[in-house]
Amino acid sequence: MDILGFEFMQNALIAGLLASIICGVIGSLVVVNRMVFISGGIAHASYGGVGLAFLLGLPVLPVTTAFTVCMAMIMALVTLRARERVDTVIGVIWASGMALGIILLDLTPGYNVDLMSYLFGSILAVPRQDLWLMAGLAVVVFGLVLVFYRGFLVMSFDEEFARSRGVPVDFLYCLLIVMVGLCVVMIIRVVGLILVIALLTIPPFMAERRTRSLSLMMFLATTLSAIFTVTGLWLSYSLDITSGAAIIAVAAVCFFTSLLIPQKTG
Amino acid sequence: MVEPVVQIQGLTYSIGGIPILEDVELRIERGDYLAVLGPNGGGKSTLLKLMIGLLKQDSGSISVLGAPPGEAGGRIGYLPQHTHVAQSFPITVLDAVCMGMVQPGFGGIAGLFHPGEAKDKARQALERVNMQKFESRNLARLSGGQKQRVFIARALVDCPELLLLDEPTASVDSASRDSLLRLLAELNEEMTVIMVSHDISSLASGVKSVACVNKTLHFHRAPVLTGDMFKMSYGGSDNDCCPVELVTHGHVPHRVLGPHGHDHGSDKGEES
Repeated sequence: MDILGFEFMQNALIAGLLASIICGVIGSLVVVNRMVFISGGIAHASYGGVGLAFLLGLPVLPVTTAFTVCMAMIMALVTLRARERVDTVIGVIWASGMALGIILLDLTPGYNVDLMSYLFGSILAVPRQDLWLMAGLAVVVFGLVLVFYRGFLVMSFDEEFARSRGVPVDFLYCLLIVMVGLCVVMIIRVVGLILVIALLTIPPFMAERRTRSLSLMMFLATTLSAIFTVTGLWLSYSLDITSGAAIIAVAAVCFFTSLLIPQKTG
Repeated sequence: MVEPVVQIQGLTYSIGGIPILEDVELRIERGDYLAVLGPNGGGKSTLLKLMIGLLKQDSGSISVLGAPPGEAGGRIGYLPQHTHVAQSFPITVLDAVCMGMVQPGFGGIAGLFHPGEAKDKARQALERVNMQKFESRNLARLSGGQKQRVFIARALVDCPELLLLDEPTASVDSASRDSLLRLLAELNEEMTVIMVSHDISSLASGVKSVACVNKTLHFHRAPVLTGDMFKMSYGGSDNDCCPVELVTHGHVPHRVLGPHGHDHGSDKGEES
């Protein structure tokens, strides 16, 4: 356990566990609401925020968070207004956010950004102040889901029925998309842009088949994410491989193994 | 004069310029049991969704339980046509029924768990649809017909004043369809029921009035079959097509009623 002696390793572990909580809770809602594609769009559009932060010389995490939340709001409004064209619109925002990020980074003087760290994560280089921000966001997201749990449950289960009962589905939907945006920014720090969807969907998908309530699904997904993150970190350290890829590789191996194990019945 | 449960006046609805419903007038009194019949794509489900506020009409007015659509949510029980439930959503039968008790507005979405009496109400609702044995079963592991009964329990668990059912007998075998229709007739003693169906045989039990919807709406005060209904439901013209296109096993329960002539007075449901 001597690897825990390094401060960067402690930070990485805390960041990983915070991301696991978020992944478990929000990822479960993403999976049951079939919002994986929207989440992918938000994740990639957030790259525009990274570019903006570097061009303006501002701290990356807050700027990216603000930018991503704006993008998420746009997606939420578009998806509520034009249901039948949702996938196209998401695709457009997905690509244009990414393009904006690349152009802004090109325009940044003295370009020397380690692009790879945003594409594949840089959990081993998370500074302390980012941890505080992540912890704050985790508390906010967790609190919001707790407060509106019943609403999210009813909406996720059957949106049409929820509307018929007068449940404010539009509000819940926008709130969920914004939370997905916040969550995505945090997880980008851990596994990077490309792999964020894997961490957001693999643990909840594995949990969904083995639980009989949404809250248990969230709990199991959180536990699974934590196991993947910690194992991946350890592998990354001992084999000297990219941490984000190591985490997802662990998740993928467990996922495919889990397909072989028969599901609980009943 | 008692306030009607549903009052629709001059309703028009179209999608992309194509009219789906035109000049619909409908007045449903408290305690009615209305069957909404018509061909697929004729606008039956659309009419139901307009009443609930899932869709917004182009013109005309709708009032449900004295309020605009979507504002009487807590007093309505609804059975959607295709329940958009992911096959694998992790939930037990009892919890699924409990969702029927969600209340409108922000007060209804706050909170974590259902109180104890909610579970008792849910159990009673499950008993009414004969599904009490399955209360702790995972919903995803039920058959289509069993799920349908659970969703009916969810619609009636909060003792609504108005029960709206979109194709309740779809994906249900004929034996359970009969018991389902008996249950609806029984529920009709406590609440107003509106049932959308493309299945004319659902007229058999307890239905008090019929609305035929195919872009326009014809209201029939009594549940009799007319040639017009068959034409609307199955297409075809008067002479070159047999109105009874049903093939079934068993004893012959079918009645064929003669044509009306063409005074549309009774078809429009005007009281004589």
